[in-house]
Amino acid sequence: MSEKKELSVSAIEEGTVIDHIPADCLFKVISILGLDNCGNLITFGTNLGSQRYGKKAIIKVADKFFEDEDLNRIALVAPYARLNIIKDYEVVEKKHVTVPQEIVGIAKCFNPQCITNNENITTHFSLVNANVLALKCHYCEKITTEEHLKIL
Amino acid sequence: MKNRSLVSINDFTKSEILKIVELAAQFEANPNQDLLKHKIVASLFFEPSTRTRLSFETAINRLGGRVVGFMDASSSSTTKGESLKDTIKMVSNYADLIVMRHPLEGSARYASEQSSVPIVNAGDGANQHPTQTLLDLYSIKKTQGTLENLNIFMVGDLKYGRTVHSLLQAMSHFNPVFNFISPEELRMPDEYKFWLDSMGIKYYEHSEFTDIISRADILYMTRVQRERFVDPIEYEKVKDVYILNNAMLDNTKDNLRILHPLPRVNEIDVDVDNNPKAYYFEQAENGVYARMAVMSSILGLV
Repeated sequence: MSEKKELSVSAIEEGTVIDHIPADCLFKVISILGLDNCGNLITFGTNLGSQRYGKKAIIKVADKFFEDEDLNRIALVAPYARLNIIKDYEVVEKKHVTVPQEIVGIAKCFNPQCITNNENITTHFSLVNANVLALKCHYCEKITTEEHLKIL
Repeated sequence: MKNRSLVSINDFTKSEILKIVELAAQFEANPNQDLLKHKIVASLFFEPSTRTRLSFETAINRLGGRVVGFMDASSSSTTKGESLKDTIKMVSNYADLIVMRHPLEGSARYASEQSSVPIVNAGDGANQHPTQTLLDLYSIKKTQGTLENLNIFMVGDLKYGRTVHSLLQAMSHFNPVFNFISPEELRMPDEYKFWLDSMGIKYYEHSEFTDIISRADILYMTRVQRERFVDPIEYEKVKDVYILNNAMLDNTKDNLRILHPLPRVNEIDVDVDNNPKAYYFEQAENGVYARMAVMSSILGLV
């Protein structure tokens, strides 16, 4: 007897599916991609079963195809996210995210004495190490590691 | 260098550093010139630093320039809530160059992005103080005749001391060997040691301040501050270990010179002051010539 398959989140005809988001980062991903201000049809599910995370989230954005640069912005919070490009209900392309070399306006500098934590300034980091996530602040030159990383 | 800000010592290449050192020597030989005549330099000190401010203002005056500005944030519109961006945008309409001291780290980089004229960083919190490094390099070149292949000992607070971090980065162009002498709690941070490893530069760490200084060409002293210690008992244990006195210099090399960014508290005994190897007051004087070199280069006047 074949296993019965059910879609937890409804299928889309055209658009982008972002899968394998850690469940507790769903709303951060929505915010980073600006989906909270997007007029397209968006469906999401969270606390879905995942072998990697235990629980994962998924977002489907109809009729929207992101630039790689925009999608890579979510790599800080969802480094294992998978992106499926959908056309006519079929997956036509699969992508992974990679942490960008320059990270602007997403993360907070861990240094309380940094100017970015004291004035209204867009944060700006360069990637020092992608394996043990380490970001160098463009302003105070201090290194923020994964352990101290906070998303704005 | 023309029209470029000087925020971090890493903004200058080896050849640019050498150019500043060479120019500083020329200014020392001929310290009163009119290169900055008709130029206005804004001296914005958001926190007091009398020594650095006077050094810059002396350099500007010796070059015939005029100075506007303030000595601490309480006499600026910061007290009314004005942002750094607005202050810099306004002042860059008035002056040809801005010298800025600010307590927050990264403020100088940010100011350089907002300003329409070059910024010279006169210290941004614990981050960078590049003209201090350039005057240190000029002092080393003057006393040793070269910057290459020197044995440099750094003593004291190597964890928080921005002057030692910047000097370490600048000297990396010149094949040095470093010896770091500090209490356990104030050791050189790993990020700098990893960086030295990646550059293939040798360094050794010590916790005792002993006769190993007999190998030194430069002894760079810094303050060990009580407030840096989590446990005051730990401070009491080490506070006298890192004090240099005249007797300790008996078996040192003839070319050894003792540097210190000043102010000194008690880490160099006053009995060292008359030793010909003591160089910290001359080092401070060298700051005027190094700053003359920096400002005239940035303004494209030399």
